[in-house]
Amino acid sequence: MTRSQAALAFCRRHPMLVAGGIIVGTVSLLALLAPWLAPYDPTDINVKAILLPPSWQHWCGTDTLGRDVFSRMLYGARVSLAVGFVAVGIAMLIGILLGAVAGYGGKLADSLIMRWTDMVLCFPTFFLILAVIAFLKPSIWNIMIVIGLTSWMGVARLVRAEFLSLRQREFVLAARATGIPAVRIIGRHLLPNAMGPILVSAILGVAGAVLVESGLSFLGLGVQPPNPSWGNILTEGKDNIQIAWWLSLYPGLAILVTVLGYNLLGEGLRDYFDPKMSGRP
Amino acid sequence: MIPLLFGITIISFAMMHLAPGEPSVVGQELNPRISAHDIERLRSYYGLDKPLSVQYWRWLKRLVHLDFGNSFSADSRPVIDKIAERLPVTLWINVLAILLILAVAIPIGVASAVHQDSWGDRIMTVLVFVGFAIPSFWLGLMLMIGLGVNLNWLPISGIHSYGWQHMDFWERQRDLVRHLTMPVLVSAIAGLAGMSRFMRSGMLEVIRADFITTARAMGVPETRIRYRLALKNALLPIITLLGLSIPGLIGGSVIIEQLFSVPGMGQLFYQAVLSRDYPLIMGITVIGAVLTLLGNLLADVAYAWADPRIRHGGKG
Repeated sequence: MTRSQAALAFCRRHPMLVAGGIIVGTVSLLALLAPWLAPYDPTDINVKAILLPPSWQHWCGTDTLGRDVFSRMLYGARVSLAVGFVAVGIAMLIGILLGAVAGYGGKLADSLIMRWTDMVLCFPTFFLILAVIAFLKPSIWNIMIVIGLTSWMGVARLVRAEFLSLRQREFVLAARATGIPAVRIIGRHLLPNAMGPILVSAILGVAGAVLVESGLSFLGLGVQPPNPSWGNILTEGKDNIQIAWWLSLYPGLAILVTVLGYNLLGEGLRDYFDPKMSGRP
Repeated sequence: MIPLLFGITIISFAMMHLAPGEPSVVGQELNPRISAHDIERLRSYYGLDKPLSVQYWRWLKRLVHLDFGNSFSADSRPVIDKIAERLPVTLWINVLAILLILAVAIPIGVASAVHQDSWGDRIMTVLVFVGFAIPSFWLGLMLMIGLGVNLNWLPISGIHSYGWQHMDFWERQRDLVRHLTMPVLVSAIAGLAGMSRFMRSGMLEVIRADFITTARAMGVPETRIRYRLALKNALLPIITLLGLSIPGLIGGSVIIEQLFSVPGMGQLFYQAVLSRDYPLIMGITVIGAVLTLLGNLLADVAYAWADPRIRHGGKG
């Protein structure tokens, strides 16, 4: 089989993984290259070009201050992805730490941590996020931290479950019998073996964080103008819903495609790691 | 259940007190010439000079009587009254959304499972992924532009038309339904995607179970196998999923009510956040968590009622 045939076979076998990878790659590239790709400065106000519909000069039209929506969306991609990655990073750190202690630290630690997790899960996450944002000031850093602090529960449960089953396996028992310290066992034997599901949940987590960030920015509690974000362009879209449909259509499509890409990539990876599980939600 | 309830109150209390700025400091912002003596008086008035454990106990005692204190806003009405008048709309929208989810997602999931890998199943899978990824407020905006602005079929904000007081009973109901259609539809979209996917995989799993094979071998008609035996068993996990989806629905009501200007709890919460009305924020957060807990409890009870293996304490 030639290389291109092999690649084609891979695409056939893992269509979600490939489609997700392409979308995620493209969006990331657009975000990274925003300063070179953007035809206008995203914060450049132009009173002569207020609320222009999409045209060859302004691909996605202009907003109420005459700023180019396409350029703002490119920079908005940076914001969304940055929030997604940092928030998920924080969530992963907390989740893996708590999950590891619960799954490997014995009965007492397990029940304490899991009760705590159940408790936090009772709060509607969005309420929790908004309540904390009310105390702090809405800024991109606070949003990253708050989303991270309120979305570790799934990972914690996942890591715990993985560890509980892994710790009974022979290679872990053997490592313990030779007296290797627990931290080393976790780092060397347990975590690497649980990495697949953790990676999947991290990628799906980015999709969730992007959605939450856009929702917060839409409510005006996220990224603050004049900094562009997909969510706060949509707020303007709502305010001008009767006259400027382009302010609502394009940023939403950007969110939709990005979130779809990360979801596809996550689900595709899940199938790739564990073909038995395919067809599950 | 009870320990969870305690935990919820502790988390809420801790959040309230870890937050920078207490009421006396807020007062100081308003009046920069306030003296240290007056600050002390304010602190003792609010009980902030007592140890945290005492403060928590006092707060809890009032909580038992559903006393969340008074709102910081200009009307300074009791928090519980403000929530009580806003809660029904939110509950209505969410209950209707859940009913819509059940009514649409279950048939879709079953059909996808029964005709696995057919074109219909594939199209549904794609739609499910889109449904997961679609930001609800954007879908709302698009519906507003399409059905509201361009076609003028449905009203785009509020829950009553102008002058609804002068309508007769049936006109009022019709008016309300027209106003609630889009909010309910938008609330339901994420749940629709999740539930139909879940239903499909549940159904697929049950169809492969041994007792279904046995039933086939015994010559039970295929329709009876699918829509009686398999469906009944595949429906069970749906109950749990419904319980789990409640926090998302309640949390989502903030965005949806803000978008459609629905005067519900979500909108109240949003306004409370903007004006830093801490008692109101804490009150709604606690109520939201308690509603979630109640939903989970209801789901557990319903599960036990539906599944004899759990009811009789046997091993499932």
